[in-house]
Amino acid sequence: MTNKLIVSPSPHLHSSNSTVSLMRDVIIALIPAMAVAVWFYGLHALMLILVSVVTCDLTEYLIAKFLMHSEKPLADPSPAVTGVLLALNLPPAAPWWIAVVGSIVAIAIAKMTFGGLGKNIFNPALVGRVFLLVSFPVAMTNWAFTQTAMDFSAFGFGPQVDAYSGATHLAIAKEGLAGGASLSQIFPQGQFTWDMALLRMGGCIGELSAVALLIGFIYLLARRVVKVTIPLTIILTVALISGIFSAVNPEAYTGPLFNIFTGGLLLGAFYMATDYVTSPMTTKGQIIFGVGIGVIVMMIRYFGAYPEGVSFSILIMNCVVPLLNKYCKPARFGKEVNNG
Amino acid sequence: MKLKTFKIGGVHPDDSKLASEEPIEQLPLPQTAYISMAQHLGAPATPTVQKGDSVKVGQVIAEASGFVSACIHSPYSGTVTAVEPHADLAGNMVMHVVIAVEGDEWLPEIDRTPDIRREITASPEEIVAKIKNAGIVGLGGAAFPTHIKLCPPPGKKAECLILNGTECEPYITSDDRIMREHTEEILLGATIMMKALGVSRGYVGVEENKPAAIAALRSFAGKYPQIEVVPLKKKYPQGGEKQLIDSVIRKRVPSLGLPIDTGAVVQNVGTALAVYEAVQKNKPLIDNIVTVTGKCLPKQKNFRVRVGCTYSQMLEAVGGMPEKGAKLISGGPMMGKAIVNPEAATLKATSALLVLTEEETRRKAESNCIRCGKCADACPMGLQPFLLSRLAKVGGRFDELEQEKVFDCIECGCCLYTCPANIPLLDIIRPAKAQVTKIMKSRPKK
Repeated sequence: MTNKLIVSPSPHLHSSNSTVSLMRDVIIALIPAMAVAVWFYGLHALMLILVSVVTCDLTEYLIAKFLMHSEKPLADPSPAVTGVLLALNLPPAAPWWIAVVGSIVAIAIAKMTFGGLGKNIFNPALVGRVFLLVSFPVAMTNWAFTQTAMDFSAFGFGPQVDAYSGATHLAIAKEGLAGGASLSQIFPQGQFTWDMALLRMGGCIGELSAVALLIGFIYLLARRVVKVTIPLTIILTVALISGIFSAVNPEAYTGPLFNIFTGGLLLGAFYMATDYVTSPMTTKGQIIFGVGIGVIVMMIRYFGAYPEGVSFSILIMNCVVPLLNKYCKPARFGKEVNNG
Repeated sequence: MKLKTFKIGGVHPDDSKLASEEPIEQLPLPQTAYISMAQHLGAPATPTVQKGDSVKVGQVIAEASGFVSACIHSPYSGTVTAVEPHADLAGNMVMHVVIAVEGDEWLPEIDRTPDIRREITASPEEIVAKIKNAGIVGLGGAAFPTHIKLCPPPGKKAECLILNGTECEPYITSDDRIMREHTEEILLGATIMMKALGVSRGYVGVEENKPAAIAALRSFAGKYPQIEVVPLKKKYPQGGEKQLIDSVIRKRVPSLGLPIDTGAVVQNVGTALAVYEAVQKNKPLIDNIVTVTGKCLPKQKNFRVRVGCTYSQMLEAVGGMPEKGAKLISGGPMMGKAIVNPEAATLKATSALLVLTEEETRRKAESNCIRCGKCADACPMGLQPFLLSRLAKVGGRFDELEQEKVFDCIECGCCLYTCPANIPLLDIIRPAKAQVTKIMKSRPKK
């Protein structure tokens, strides 16, 4: 017996779960959405993603290293996740400095001031996006884009669209309705067609393809990184509310499929509302959280000043998470008995 | 077919049943044996032999002292050379009877023939007395004296017996082997215990990863129709008493309640074998099956080991400590105890000696909780380990810990196993649970 023995309490094994692998899986899941963005919007989209990721990483590194004196700054890819999500929430024509400002706000203010990973109340990427939206409303709602010299058309692929100047479908609906038009006048071809689920212009670069977002989400489910509870309750709530409203008055209220597949609902439901840190930890809490997001999204879309409300609704429900964690307990094993 | 399983929590570690195809072999007798007087929780037994006494196999060498206690029989023939404290596997000094082994002479009343005695003539009272006198303890891990479990407290009535053949701990294969090699004896042991309890329903819960054991048990279905073989899903901790009852009869032991509150009495398959041997063959509990295993070992073995061998002797029998071996564990990797002193003696309920390398058992650096809730999803008791550990870390918040039912924790380790941030949740919760349980016990009873 020459070996020195390790002695520690049980269990003596650990699963392969790690913060690094979970975060890496989220990035992998977002690859289809990023690929569609780059394919469609060209290298400008790639630039936005890279600038966001690098700025997020750099901001986190500098703060962790020099302000928090962390021994292992950047121990996991969570700032990169924030960077990718922020970039996917930018309009295609956003200038590079928008990505830089948003990333610094996301990491420095929304995450590191609270103490870094796991301590923040609000989803950092959404704080970054909302900060940009209220600070630079023009740049952040300019959905027009023109193919730049950097696009891929020289290589014989990429979309056959030279320029697109339209607003988002949600904005078209909102402005049209505000102008007194009915939905059948605004969308003479119908508000929703299934090809919109595959590829839909007008909107943030990550909102292009619902199918790409869904593929990534299925990957996350298969890897057991996230559970279906939150996205499903959000989607069902949106479907229910818009179903009722559009059934009552189909000319004034947009329908369920339109509301699910347009705007940032799927990007938000799949990737932002499921953020571990800022979502409830129990199934009961997650259901209330999801329903809350769905209700607020629809209230903003139908009655609010903004055409889109996914970012706001998730941030509002983020505030409720500590309360939900406190009052929503998991199902315990075994009833209580009173044995004095 | 959909397999039965428990509903809340659980994890799926790789089962690593390396020794499952190794038939049981007798471990050679040691020259000197150390029999611990502390075979289980509760009061240690009182030695009844002195230095210089000569003993035979099966002779009583220590009496039970207290209610939760069982007597101890000599597993060896030879001379008592000392009754003195020795270090147990954790290094604590415990009274041992030391025997210089000479030959292998058994008491004549013990039936050592391989014949299976099927006729159960003993009355329920005789069965319980025989089990008590044979010093039988639960061989599933906690080593709770078996005769106590067979006598439900007043006002409680047993309705069925559940044999635990789940062996949900990775690596261990001793129960698998006895279910295959001593199938009928186990079913007889179950029948005997059912007679003692006065119940007519019996179950054997076996995880699906032991198809040979399930087939072996089922081949006797015609002969023992009152005992149903229940294949269970492979999920840790399937073999936890509360989880097993939930899986097999869909009843949940109440919080702070006892298994008997569901009408179920759970016994390990190894215990059933010991009961059969005690009641039908007059053989006290002097040996059991121990798996010696580890990916770094050249050989995997299932040994029949007499109580009082040393862990190092078992290790020598498979070629000694491998170069990369870094951790010795008595039991499985999820709930087993790390061995400080390899010269410590094996106990009645020792089920395995597991050797892990540093790589296999290394604890990674802890990072921030990312509030993923995986620990709560994994907890088979429906607790919130992240919350318990946070309360425990602050210190002093025993009221809140009690409200959060820290006392329900079964210390299975699922939370720590699953945590992506490598937070040692159970390490933090365990002492807090002990403290809260102590406080609750100290309260005057209403």
